Amino acid sequence: MAMQIMIPNKHETSGDTPIKIETKSLEVYYGKFQALKQINLDVREKQITAIIGPSGCGKSTLLRSFNRMNDLTPTCRVEGEIKLDGENLYSPGVDVVDIRRRVGMVFQRPNPFPKSIFDNVAYGPRLYGIHRKSDLEGIVENSLKASALWNEVKDKLNQSGLSISGGQQQRLCIARALAVEPEVILMDEPASALDPISTLKIEELMQEIKKDYTIVIVTHNMQQAARVSDYTAMMMIDDDRTGHLIEFDHTNTIFTRPKDKRTEDYVTGRFG
Amino acid sequence: MVIINKQHQGAMAQMRKTFETEIQHLKDEMLLLGSMVEQQILGSVDALKKRDTDASRRIQETDLQVNARRYEIEEQVMIVIATQQPMAHDLRLLASILEVSGELERMGDYAKGIATVSIRMGDQPLLKPLIDIPRMAQKGVDMLHRALTAFVNEDVVASRALPAEDDEVDELYIQIYHELMMFVIQDPKTIERANWLLWVAHNLERLADRVSNICERTVFTATGEMKELEQTKIKR
Amino acid sequence: MNKNSPRLRSKRKAVNLLMLSLTGIATLLVVTPLIWILLYIIHEGAPAINLKFFTQLPTPVGVAGGGIVNALLGSLMTVGLGLVIAAPIGTLVGFYAAAHPDSPLGLLVRFGADVIAGVPSIVMGIFAYTLIVLPQRHFSAFSGGIVLSFIMLPIIIRTTEEMVRLVPSSIREASLALGAAEWKTSLSVILPAALNGVVTGAMLAIARAAGEAAPMLFTAFGNPFMNTNYSQPVATLPHTIFVYAISPYNDWHAKAWATALVLITLILLLNILARIIIWWRTRTLGTIK
Repeated sequence: MAMQIMIPNKHETSGDTPIKIETKSLEVYYGKFQALKQINLDVREKQITAIIGPSGCGKSTLLRSFNRMNDLTPTCRVEGEIKLDGENLYSPGVDVVDIRRRVGMVFQRPNPFPKSIFDNVAYGPRLYGIHRKSDLEGIVENSLKASALWNEVKDKLNQSGLSISGGQQQRLCIARALAVEPEVILMDEPASALDPISTLKIEELMQEIKKDYTIVIVTHNMQQAARVSDYTAMMMIDDDRTGHLIEFDHTNTIFTRPKDKRTEDYVTGRFG
Repeated sequence: MVIINKQHQGAMAQMRKTFETEIQHLKDEMLLLGSMVEQQILGSVDALKKRDTDASRRIQETDLQVNARRYEIEEQVMIVIATQQPMAHDLRLLASILEVSGELERMGDYAKGIATVSIRMGDQPLLKPLIDIPRMAQKGVDMLHRALTAFVNEDVVASRALPAEDDEVDELYIQIYHELMMFVIQDPKTIERANWLLWVAHNLERLADRVSNICERTVFTATGEMKELEQTKIKR
Repeated sequence: MNKNSPRLRSKRKAVNLLMLSLTGIATLLVVTPLIWILLYIIHEGAPAINLKFFTQLPTPVGVAGGGIVNALLGSLMTVGLGLVIAAPIGTLVGFYAAAHPDSPLGLLVRFGADVIAGVPSIVMGIFAYTLIVLPQRHFSAFSGGIVLSFIMLPIIIRTTEEMVRLVPSSIREASLALGAAEWKTSLSVILPAALNGVVTGAMLAIARAAGEAAPMLFTAFGNPFMNTNYSQPVATLPHTIFVYAISPYNDWHAKAWATALVLITLILLLNILARIIIWWRTRTLGTIK
């Protein structure tokens, strides 16, 4: 079993947990420019899937297509399918609001609202009709506990969400995302703006909440991808600056014996 | 290697110069250690043959250097792992260097064991002029040399073929065994010397076995496969 | 040439000193007239200020005493009406223009706001006269409020647009990613974040409107008596200053100065109030860096 050249077909990792998100021949265009080509990817339920690759290879575009945040760019056009629990997210008539509740997102730079910590976390539940104080207090406490922030802020819930440190702000954003009880959490380089200790806390947090949520993380930090994820998707950019998926496998395999030479070159730091 | 585009090609030339230099340095150190071990083996057998106890003592002392070099290599590997975060092939290579340097150190111990036998035998004459034992040593050292060369060059083909040559060594061992048995049957007082000589032959036979381990590590580094390689051409 | 030679060092020091001096002189040139005016107004107006000034109606010519209570109420009524109309509309329009800057409507709004802002206020007054006073056949506080809303509108639109633009798009994305619709995001997240700036814009608009005399000539018209009825003419502070100032009577001149002092002080207090509100909000809600 020597090195194989990967054919751009479905990348199989059979015999694992059920598939939560299935991507079929996904292609994304911004106007005339093709950002993603023929992406076939299966995100497994309650596992952490990392997407790695050099800058500009479309990792964020792929991530944002999972919760239709790409819709915010007017020139964006999507072809192919993304199925969440078997239902295509891009079928006409699909309720985008419902998708975004089920598929939450945490961004690269912490972006808490200029409101109190409590109101930040309660924002989501209030959107969905929960207004009773006791209910909200319970949700806020659980969410902050789940994101390992409760002990640090429980005495200052009505202080501004911006008055805490960067690492704490990011955990607040995670709590805010958890408060609406999503099924999937998308993380776009969640720790890249943080110091090493905060980064490790976020990584530990991910391992903790993995038992209840499916997580997809985009990261340019390979060691982080290796530490944290169960599956890794390797993306690459071609001469037309279109991104495609070249290898997808268990993380252990990608980082000890990847099948594609381009993956090997990337993870050993010789390219990208 | 698949070159993706011009940018890739240029990048490949530049990337990880420090790391590549460190790897090259480690490989050179491996070859040096291997060369030391080869000399120890041949030297110990030669000293035995010539009944030169001074030379045998020098072999024992030199073993300390062999051990020291092995630990230097290990420490260097640890440093590279900690500072360079190697992945995939690089990681396999470093893990293999650790293993192989251990094997070489044990081979050095075999040479030391032979030297010890030589000293213990003291002035007693050999049972017969040594012919097969030096042949075993020569063959073993030759295999070791080629296995190490294949390791630093990541030559999978050579590494897969090499273990089968172990047959020759095994056959020499059996021959020596029978010969020594004959001696003992004919004259039971020779049993002590026969034992020692058998011990020497046993060490040399183990040497050849360890060479196979080195070959397995070469295949592992290149392909990621961990598999035992066939050590015999003939099934017994 | 050595980068740190003594000659270079003293040359750099000299240039630095020259620039600092120029800046200082320019600052003085600007600040001095400002302070001068303020001090002059205080000097001229303070003597006539007493409690009665704020609580009594104006007295006829020759009679001492009297106050400007009707003008205070009138200004409150007209500026108040102007704000009630201009603030909601201006904020919404400003929001739209910030969210869709390059759409036809957005471009129209921004261009239009600049044009209206450039119209002389007396022309605004004549326009309101033609539009409201003539058909109604009488002057009124209502028409005064309307014309002030025209004047306040472009200020509020432009300030709101600028402030909304300054809100980082990251929190808009965060809200959308939680499943909020665009309108909800604008209302619950972006508006509160931009509110400090919107309040500042409203303050600026109020200050401008409170000081407009010319349009009042054609709309509110002035009234020597107390009036709380919007369909009647009403006195306003700037109009009162005008009337007192162009009169030939010395004691009326003094009252003009006093009224001017009151107007400036009110605007100053309003500004301080706005800053306190902003400070308090920033303390509790934080600022996005």
